[in-house]
Amino acid sequence: MNIADYQSPDVIQAALSERRIAIVGLSSNELRASNFVGYYMQRHNYDVIPVNPREQQILGNTCYSSLTEVPGDVDVVDVFRASDAVPAIAREALEIGAKYLWLQFGVISEEGIRIAEEGGLQLIVDRCLKVEHARYVGRMHWLGFNTQVISAERKPAV
Amino acid sequence: MTDERDFGFHTRSVHAGARPEPTSGARALPIFQTSSYVFEDPESAAAYFNLQEYGNTYSRIMNPTIAALEERIANLDGGVGAVCFASGMAAQTSAFFTLLNPGDHVIASSALYGGTVTQLKHLFRKLSIELTFVSPDNVDEWRAAIKDHTKLLYGETIGNPGGNVLDIEALANLAHEHGMPLMVDNTFATPYLCRPMEFGADIVVYSTTKFLGGHGTSIGGAVTDSGEFDWSNGRYPVIAEPSDAYHGLAFHETFGIYGYLMKLRAETLRDLGACMSPFNAFLFAQGIETLPLRMRQHVSNAERVAKFLSEHPMIESVSYPGLETNLYKPLVDKYLPKGAGAVFCFDLPGGREAGQQFIRSLTLFSHLANVGDAKSLVIHPATTTHRQLSDDELLATGIGPGTVRVSIGIEDADDLIWDLEQGLAAIKE
Repeated sequence: MNIADYQSPDVIQAALSERRIAIVGLSSNELRASNFVGYYMQRHNYDVIPVNPREQQILGNTCYSSLTEVPGDVDVVDVFRASDAVPAIAREALEIGAKYLWLQFGVISEEGIRIAEEGGLQLIVDRCLKVEHARYVGRMHWLGFNTQVISAERKPAV
Repeated sequence: MTDERDFGFHTRSVHAGARPEPTSGARALPIFQTSSYVFEDPESAAAYFNLQEYGNTYSRIMNPTIAALEERIANLDGGVGAVCFASGMAAQTSAFFTLLNPGDHVIASSALYGGTVTQLKHLFRKLSIELTFVSPDNVDEWRAAIKDHTKLLYGETIGNPGGNVLDIEALANLAHEHGMPLMVDNTFATPYLCRPMEFGADIVVYSTTKFLGGHGTSIGGAVTDSGEFDWSNGRYPVIAEPSDAYHGLAFHETFGIYGYLMKLRAETLRDLGACMSPFNAFLFAQGIETLPLRMRQHVSNAERVAKFLSEHPMIESVSYPGLETNLYKPLVDKYLPKGAGAVFCFDLPGGREAGQQFIRSLTLFSHLANVGDAKSLVIHPATTTHRQLSDDELLATGIGPGTVRVSIGIEDADDLIWDLEQGLAAIKE
C-alpha cells in the first residue's frame, strides 16, 4: 500500500466540492483537532454531521451514535478515530452510500482502505480536511504554509 | 484546477507563494503596509484569535506580503511552512526558544557564525540552557556529548567562515536515534544548493539577508520545518502539552505536522515580537525570483577565484570546500553537488597587518560585515565579526590572524581576480 496513491489533488478537490460531511469521532472539546476541523468546515458552509455515541449535540448539530443512523445522504465520511476502528467505519460508509472516505492525519488502516476501495469509495488517507480546504479554497497561504499551489490564475478573494 | 505536476526549482522560485492578488489582479507581490486588519464580524475575529480559521489579525504575527515570502522559502526547502523574522538571529533565537525549556541541553557545532557562538554561549546561559560545542567533523564527538536532557543538535550546512561542511544525514540519524530534532542553518547554501530536509534535518533556519535576498538591502530571517518530527514522543512537553500561553491549546495534537510552526508564530513571534517588515519581505521575495540564476554565477565565480588563490604562491591556504584538494570535498559531492557556495577564507602571510593592507588596496571588493550580496565583499574576521571570541574560540572556528573572508559576487570573475591580484601586489611591496 502506498499512501501517496490516496492523496491525489484531483480526488481531494472533488471531495471538497461536496457539501455534506459526517465527522466520525468529532469531539465537543473546543481544543481538540476534530473540533477545529468541524468548526472550520461549518464556517465554510459545509453541512457538518457529528457522529459520536457519547454526545447529544456538537457545534449546534444533532449528534448520531453511528453513520447508519444519519438521516439523508452523506457525501464525505471524515474519520477522527483510532486506526483499528476504520474497517467497521468503511463498511458503514459503504452501507449508507457515501462517496468519499477521508482518513485524518495518522488514521491509517490497510484493511479499512481495502474494504473502502473494493466497495467503490474514493479515498483520501493521512490528510486533514481543514488543511486541504485551506490549501485549495481557503487561506492557508496567509500563515506561511506551503500550499504547493503554483498558478498564475486569478481566483476570487476568500 | 491544480494538477499533480511537480514544478521545477526555477518555476517555484518565481511563483511559489505569490498568486495574483485576488481583489486588484496585481501580478507583482503587493506590499501590504498595514499594522492590522478589519475583521468581517466578531465571530470571525474570535475564530482568528482562537486559530480556528486562518485569518489576519496583526502584522507582528502575520502579514500577506510576509506570508508569500514564507511560503516561497518553505516550498523551495520542501518544508510544510515557514515563519519569517526581523533577522536571521531573531529567526534562530525563536526557533530555539519554541522547543527549549530552562535546564535543557543543546549540542552545537563549534564552527559557527561568531554571532551564533556568542548567542549560544552567553544568551542561552542566561536562560539556563546548557550548551556543548563539538567538532562539526566528528559524529562520535556529538554522540558522546548526548545527555538525558539534550533536546537539539545544531550546525551550519557550510560553516561561517571556515567552510566546514556538515554531515547532515549522519547527524540527523544520530538525533533521531535519541528522539531529537536536527536544526540546520542553511544560509550559505540556500535551498538551491542544498535542501537539508532531504537528508533528514527537521528544522532549517536562514538569514534571508544573505543569498536569498541577494542584494544586501534588508535584514531578515526565516525558519522552515519538515513537519516530520514527532513532538509527542514524550521529550517535548513544551510543544505537546496544553500551553498556558495559549488557553490550553496542545499545538502538536491540534495542528499535527503544522504544530511547531503554529507555536513558533502564535506564541514565540507574538511574545518576542521580532517580526519582519512587509517591505523587506517584498525585497526578499523579489530576490528569490532570481535565486537559481544568481547562485550559479556566485558558485562559478567562487570556484574560479578559489582556484586562482589556491595556486597563488603568496597564499598559505584557501578554505573553499569546493576545491578538489579540500578535506570536505566528499561531503560537498554528497550535499552540495551544484557547488559549495560563494563564501570562503584564505590566509595571507604577515598576519593582522597584511590583512588590513590587502583590504585597503582592493577596488571592487566592498569591505563590510555581510555575505551573500550580488557585489563581492571582503572582511578580516579576527578584528570584526569574530572579535568577541577568545583566541581559543577563534582557533576552534578555524580563523587565524591573517585570515580574510570573501563573499564572491556575480561580477565578471576576471575582474575579481584582477582586483585580488592588485591587493596581493600591494602587500608584497
